[in-house]
Amino acid sequence: MNLFRDLRLGLKNLMLHKLRSLLAILGVVFGVASVIAMLAIGEGAKGEVLERIHRLGSRLIFMDTTKPADGERGDTTRARMSVYGLKYSDAQRMSASFAALTRVVPVKFMRKTGRVLERVLEVRAVGTTPGWFELVKRPLLAGRALSTLDEEQAANVAVLTEQGARRLLTGGEGVGSALRIGTEVFTVTGIVQSAGGSKGDLKTPDQDTDAYIPLSSARRRFGDIMSRGSGRTQDSELVELHQIIAEVDAENNVEAVAAGLGHLLKTAHRDSDYEVRVPLALLRQAEETQRTFNIVLGSIAGVSLLVGGIGIMNIMLASVTERTREIGIRRAIGATRTQIVRQFLAETVALSGLGGILGVGLGMLIPGLVTQFSKMPTQITPGSVALAFGISAGVGIVFGLYPAARAAALDPIAALRHD
Amino acid sequence: MEWAIELENVERHYPMGNEVVHALRGINLRMERGSFWAVMGPSGSGKSTLLNILGCLDRPGRGRFLLAGHETGRLPDDALSAMRLKHLGFIFQSFHLIPQLTVAENIALPLHYLGWEAKKSFKRAAELAERVGLGDRLRHRPSELSGGQQQRAAIARALANDPQVLLADEPTGNLDSATGEQIMGLIEELHRQGKTIIMVTHEPNLAARASLRLHLRDGLVESIEGEKA
Repeated sequence: MNLFRDLRLGLKNLMLHKLRSLLAILGVVFGVASVIAMLAIGEGAKGEVLERIHRLGSRLIFMDTTKPADGERGDTTRARMSVYGLKYSDAQRMSASFAALTRVVPVKFMRKTGRVLERVLEVRAVGTTPGWFELVKRPLLAGRALSTLDEEQAANVAVLTEQGARRLLTGGEGVGSALRIGTEVFTVTGIVQSAGGSKGDLKTPDQDTDAYIPLSSARRRFGDIMSRGSGRTQDSELVELHQIIAEVDAENNVEAVAAGLGHLLKTAHRDSDYEVRVPLALLRQAEETQRTFNIVLGSIAGVSLLVGGIGIMNIMLASVTERTREIGIRRAIGATRTQIVRQFLAETVALSGLGGILGVGLGMLIPGLVTQFSKMPTQITPGSVALAFGISAGVGIVFGLYPAARAAALDPIAALRHD
Repeated sequence: MEWAIELENVERHYPMGNEVVHALRGINLRMERGSFWAVMGPSGSGKSTLLNILGCLDRPGRGRFLLAGHETGRLPDDALSAMRLKHLGFIFQSFHLIPQLTVAENIALPLHYLGWEAKKSFKRAAELAERVGLGDRLRHRPSELSGGQQQRAAIARALANDPQVLLADEPTGNLDSATGEQIMGLIEELHRQGKTIIMVTHEPNLAARASLRLHLRDGLVESIEGEKA
């Protein structure tokens, strides 16, 4: 007849046994709470990964030079030179071999001392091509970025970051000032916004005090050899490129291209002196982690809901026995078996629905606590609340069917005589 | 002649262990609309079985039973429920009110199954309660009422669906004689208003107030006394 009225009557009956009803629904409460918590934590983790990927660029592939673990070679007293890392030819070959690559940006990092008048600042000189500014997408605050012409002419021009500019150009100098990098003099052509990355790591593109110069200038002015050490031993390294950033035309192609690039580097390099990083792969990794997490919490939720459902069924069976005479009376008056089924089913659904509501409440508290104590981001979506509530109602129907069927199957004559 | 109840050769057997109990061995009986019957007989005579069949809670094993002209023998369970809901009202010895419902809700129970909306059925319940003298007890629980009041509520409930036939199973059995007298008065009044009343009792002085007395013995009609229809 009227579902709402059935539910209301069901709820009213439950209120007659408050404690008993509460105990019966505990399992459902915890089950629903863990479903919500699970989904919130999963959603939060996914959001975090997506944000990280977005920051790094989902269509980018990073190839970094790594120093191979080498044994002692030759005489320790003599000057040594190790040659490793990515080559200019690698970058050229990449753009020639892969049609799916929209940009290939070679990068060279050097620690240098920057000077403007008497002010001194250790900077990371980044030799790169104009494409770098397209990939990293940092707003230009003043002047212009590096141009193709700068690259062709190996011009002595530099783009500073906001942080570096603030510390070097304190005297009111701006674009056009002379900047000494190491022993060479460059002209500041532009300033880009700093993107507060991790400090100190030579390989992150988000260095606070970077000086971007054309790759051709970097090569011509500073060469590829870096020396270190003093006295009897002097180590020098010959590294052509420290990083190659490749941009793929579509996310779908990223993994295939990354595999291709890896293969290309493997055939060109004898040692493993490079590393390929794919931000998009982080997503796969995160999905894997999330799946494991979901299986664990899902099992907990499943067991709680099963136990909760059995608890509810138990209570409803007791209730049917207790109310045998009521069932007989209702049948004598003219209730059909279907109406009896509906009555008890409504009562069970009201019971598990109540558990669902409490579970939703509890489930919405848990993610907050998780975030507070473990700094893990969490996010509750309306969909997960609806799902959890739906599950609790489903548990009510599934575990209510048997008691309700038992109630309906009672013989009215015997039920009336029952006391 | 309009018959509320027609029984033709009604038999009912139960298996009990290895034995078969012959509760009814062939009852032939017709009850006129608006008549007032008392059903009497020692225990084991088939009173309860007969009442169950008349109340559409049971079907005859053999023979035919017609309630208001409808045969019930082959009806499925749902149709039997519908027959009870449409034609019958029950008055039980121990009242059989539902304890967690209020008086008004108990009285309105048949209306709930008839699909009446809540407001309308409450109004009818209030009218019926007024009619049996419980107008001020609508929101009480059965446990807050005296035995006589509970039986009045049960009678009001039996009247809610406006049935043609009222089945009363020792309606005063659990009441003291003064209260019982009031309930009997109420039943007699319902008879005057045109209801067909079938009352099981073993008290001859109550049976004497019915217009017809049916005596059962060993599952058969022993005698019918009273004004002949």
